[in-house]
Amino acid sequence: MRIAHEIVERNEKPEDVYIVAIPNGGVPLGRRLVENLEEVAGQRIPMGILDTTLYRDDVHTTGERPLLRVTEMPSSVDGRAVILVEDVVNTGRTIRAAMDALMDFGRPRSVQVVALVDRGHRELPIKIDYVGKNIPTRPEEKVHLRGEDGDLEGLLEVVVEAAGEGA
Amino acid sequence: MIGRDLLGIEDLERSDIERILETAERMQEIGERQVKKVPTLRGRTIVNLFFEPSTRTRASFEIAGKRLSADVVNFSPGASSLSKAESILDTALTLDAMDPDVVIVRHKVAGVPKRLADSLRAPVVNAGDGAHEHPTQALLDMLTVKQEKGRIDGLTVTIIGDIAHSRVARSNIYGFSKMGAEVRVVGPPPMLPADVESLGVKAYISLREALEGADVVMALRIQLERVQGALFPSIREYAATFGLDRAKLRYAKDDAIVMHPGPVNRGVELSHDLADHRPSVILDQVRNGVALRMAVLYLIAGLAPGEESAP
Repeated sequence: MRIAHEIVERNEKPEDVYIVAIPNGGVPLGRRLVENLEEVAGQRIPMGILDTTLYRDDVHTTGERPLLRVTEMPSSVDGRAVILVEDVVNTGRTIRAAMDALMDFGRPRSVQVVALVDRGHRELPIKIDYVGKNIPTRPEEKVHLRGEDGDLEGLLEVVVEAAGEGA
Repeated sequence: MIGRDLLGIEDLERSDIERILETAERMQEIGERQVKKVPTLRGRTIVNLFFEPSTRTRASFEIAGKRLSADVVNFSPGASSLSKAESILDTALTLDAMDPDVVIVRHKVAGVPKRLADSLRAPVVNAGDGAHEHPTQALLDMLTVKQEKGRIDGLTVTIIGDIAHSRVARSNIYGFSKMGAEVRVVGPPPMLPADVESLGVKAYISLREALEGADVVMALRIQLERVQGALFPSIREYAATFGLDRAKLRYAKDDAIVMHPGPVNRGVELSHDLADHRPSVILDQVRNGVALRMAVLYLIAGLAPGEESAP
C-alpha cells in the first residue's frame, strides 16, 4: 500500500499509469499493486505482462535455452507512465532487457521500476524508483521470498540462502 | 531433451515435442506485435539450403529467422550444381566454412539431412527429405490441432492420400502417435505402404470408415505428376473416392477440423468450398508455421557439437 501511495504522489496523472509485470515473480506483485493503486487513485489501472527472456544478453552464450513465459500487453504503452514490477532486482540486467522489450511495444512517456527486494549488486546503471526492502547480500547468495502471494510489504519473509546450498 | 539437430519426429520424445509446441505458442505473440522482431538471434547466420524448389517452407523459415533477428541466407543449388558434378557434401562443407549457426536442408533424397548433420559443425534442420520426414510441418500441424482442440492426447486423426510417398504423413504419424492420438491412414491401396500398420496406425481402404469419429482430417497433396503412373487411374476417380467435401466430412465428428499441408489442388484433395472455409484451418497452419520454426531456431541455433538444448 505504501508503494501505491508513492506512485500516486509521483505521478500527477494516475490515469496514465500502466503496470507492466515481469514474470514469474513480478506477476502476483503487479496484480496486488494494481488493486492497491485502483483503491488509492479511484480508477482502473491497466496491467500487462512482459517476458524478457528473448531480450536477455546471455541466451545464446551457452547451450541453455530458457523456457519462455507469457507476454500479454493489452494496452498501448504510447504516452503512458509505465511502471515495471519485479520481485528481486540485483544486477539490473533483467530490467535492461525489460526496457528494450518495452520499447518494441511503443514509446512510453516514462519508465519507472518497482522492486520488492533490492539486493544492490548492480552491473548496469539502473535505478529502482520504489523499493520494498533493501537486502544486503553477497553476490553468490540466493534470495527466496516467502509470504502471501503478491504482498508488497509485511507478511513477508526474505530468506537469504548461502552459496552452495540447494535451490 | 532436444538434440542438436532436428532431422525427424521419429528421434523426438514426447517431452521434446511438448517443449517445442510450448515455445512456439509463446512465439506467436511476437507475430501479433507492430514490431514483429526480437533481438534473440542477433549476429547469428541461418542458411536455407534448398536442393529441391520450395517457396512456402523456405519463406516460412526465412521469416522465422528474421523475426528472431538472425541473418538468413538462401542458397538454392537446385539441380544445376549437381550436374556440374559438385557433390551435395562439397556444397554443404563450403557453406559450413562460412560459419553458419543453423543449416536448414531440403532435398529430394531421403537421408541427405542426416548425412550433412554428421559432417557439418552447424546444427541441421530437416525441411523435407524425399519420402522420409518433414518434421517442422508435423510440428506445426500438432500446434494447430492443440490450439483448435485444446489437446492432442485422445484425439482421432485421419490422414488421407498418398501415404507411401508422403514425408508429411510419416512425420505426422510419428508425432500424433507420440502425443497420444489415434492415427488412421486411408487411400487407394497402391498408396498405402504394406507395413504401415507397423508404425502404430490403422490403415483403411474405405474413406467413410476412416472418417467415422475423426476429430482431425488431414488431406495430403496429390503429386499430379505421379498420377500418370500406375498408382491410380485418374484424378477424377481419386477426387470422387478420396476427395473431401462437406458431404463426406459428415462421417467425421461434428466439430472435426480439416487440414492440408498446401498447396491444395482444389477440387482434388478438397472441394473448393472446403479449401477456403471452416472447418479447414489451412491458413492457420501457415501462420503457425512461422511461430513453430521460430521456436525450433531459438532452441537449436548455435548449439555446439554434442550440446543439447536443456530445459
